[in-house]
This record gives sequence, structure tokens and C-alpha cells, in this order.
Amino acid sequence: MKVRILVRLKPGVLDPQGRAVHHALDGLGFAGIEDVRVGRMIELEVADGTTDETLAKMCEQLLANMVIEDYVIERAGEQG
Amino acid sequence: MGFRAGVVTFPGSNCDRDMAVALEKVSGEPAIRIWHGEASLPERLDLIALPGGFSYGDYLRSGAMAAKSPILRAVIDAAERGMPVLGVCNGFQVLTEAGLLPGALMRNANQTFICRTVPLTVENTDSIFTHGFEAGETIRIPVAHHDGNYFADDATLDRLEGEGRVALRYGETCNGSRRDIAGVLSANGRVLGMMPHPERAIEPVSHPSLGGPDGRRFFENLIGALASA
Repeated sequence: MKVRILVRLKPGVLDPQGRAVHHALDGLGFAGIEDVRVGRMIELEVADGTTDETLAKMCEQLLANMVIEDYVIERAGEQG
Repeated sequence: MGFRAGVVTFPGSNCDRDMAVALEKVSGEPAIRIWHGEASLPERLDLIALPGGFSYGDYLRSGAMAAKSPILRAVIDAAERGMPVLGVCNGFQVLTEAGLLPGALMRNANQTFICRTVPLTVENTDSIFTHGFEAGETIRIPVAHHDGNYFADDATLDRLEGEGRVALRYGETCNGSRRDIAGVLSANGRVLGMMPHPERAIEPVSHPSLGGPDGRRFFENLIGALASA
């Protein structure tokens, strides 16, 4: 079973990388960008039946740093 | 018995030798080198040092993988029993990722790697690490990091300040750290994480931006406190 973990900075945490990417997009002439936030996507191939609880533990113990980041778990098929 | 400091080496550590040399020069005793894969610590240590570098290539986040390494379980157990632990640069990142210190170290606000000697204000002079300095004293120690931008939420920052756990603050704009925090103590004052590298300032060198005496003073204070304990 494929699982995608999206790890993103919490709202309110300044994102220096996002700001730099925003500047670069502006520099390329793309207009109208209001904000850019850079996160990380981690794809896992896990055993069928792996519970949300286990996936949440993986996120909280290693994949995300809960001081600064939130995570979203997406199971394959749930979203395009 | 002589002073016994252990210096942990992770794959990708690159200041472990400098840390060992600094401890040896100041204490006069050999530092004990510890490999990250060990599950237990050598006996009778007086101090554990987690050095700078890029442990595990900074994969996932700086310090994240090292925080889950076998030796860190032993370091966490020892720290919880009161073992002094010093984490410098990547060592500070490892300590926050391991939960021994609050907060997190993010990418520098200006996105660049910062490598220069900076002024630091000594905020707390009650700890084993800082007791030999004067409160408010400015010392000069080099920094060299890409991820030194200290973050914690306001409630945590207020608590750290209230408990005197902000040990060191940058004396000039550096990396975007909240409240210019450069070094943080644990609740029991026995664990210090700091981005600046005292092991790079243990002897005078000819170039004005390198070396200097303040790193040596830091180690003299620390080793003096531990030796007299």
C-alpha cells in the first residue's frame, strides 16, 4: 500500500526557503504570487492494514519535527 | 582520577576531532571517542560532547537521524540522570531533535551558510558551562552553519527566559534566531546546546577573525566546574 506523507511548516513559522523561491518566481516574471511555502513529500510503501495510528507515530517520532511542522497522511487512491 | 570526556562521532561529523583536541588541551587528559553505533557509553564519563558537522548528511532534517541513533538512547538516559552534555552546532541540532532541549533549528533566515566570528552575550552565569563569565559579558566565538535559526513558540521562549535557560545570545544580527538565541540550557542546567564553536577558539592565531581566547575560557570554566564537583 502506498502512503504519502506531506510535511509542512506550521502556519506562522517563517519559511526562509519559501521566501527565496517566491523571490525567484517573481524574478522570472510570474506575477500575482501571494505566498510560497516549501514542504516535503515522503512516499512510503507499507503493509496493507498499517493503521493511521502507526503512520501518525512514524510522523511524530521521525518524519516531522512537531515543534515546527505539521503532517498530512494520504493513502493512495484517496487523492489524485 | 582524571577528567573523562566522551566525544561522539556520527557519520558526517566533522568537528569531532577539534572538540577532542580542545578538551584534551584544556583538561590535559585524553578524550574518549565514541562511535554512533555503540549502544552504551564508556564508564565514568564526566562530560559527553556532541560535535559539529553534518551527521547522516543532514538527511531529512539536520540532526534528525543522529537523534535516533543507538548512542543517542544512551546519551538521553545519561542526561536524564544528570550527565553533563554539550552539543555544538550539529550537536545542538541533535539535542533538539532528541527532545533533550526545546525548540528547533531552522534554515538561516537569509538562506546562506554563515561562517564568521560573532559577539555573544553571556546571559546566564549560573550553569557549569557559563559560571566563569560575567553576566552580560561579550565573548567572541566563531559560527559556521546553515541551519542555526532557533525557533520555539512564544510560550516556550518566555519560559526559557523566565527560567534563565537562555545561556547565550548573539550580539549582532546573525541567522534569524528568535530573540537572538545562540545557546539554550536544559531545565537542570546540565545540557547546553549552542550554535557557536568554542572548540575553534582555543588558541590565538595570527588572523584577527580566527581563533581567540574565549573558547578556551569556555572549556576551562566547564572542566573546572566538573573537576571540582
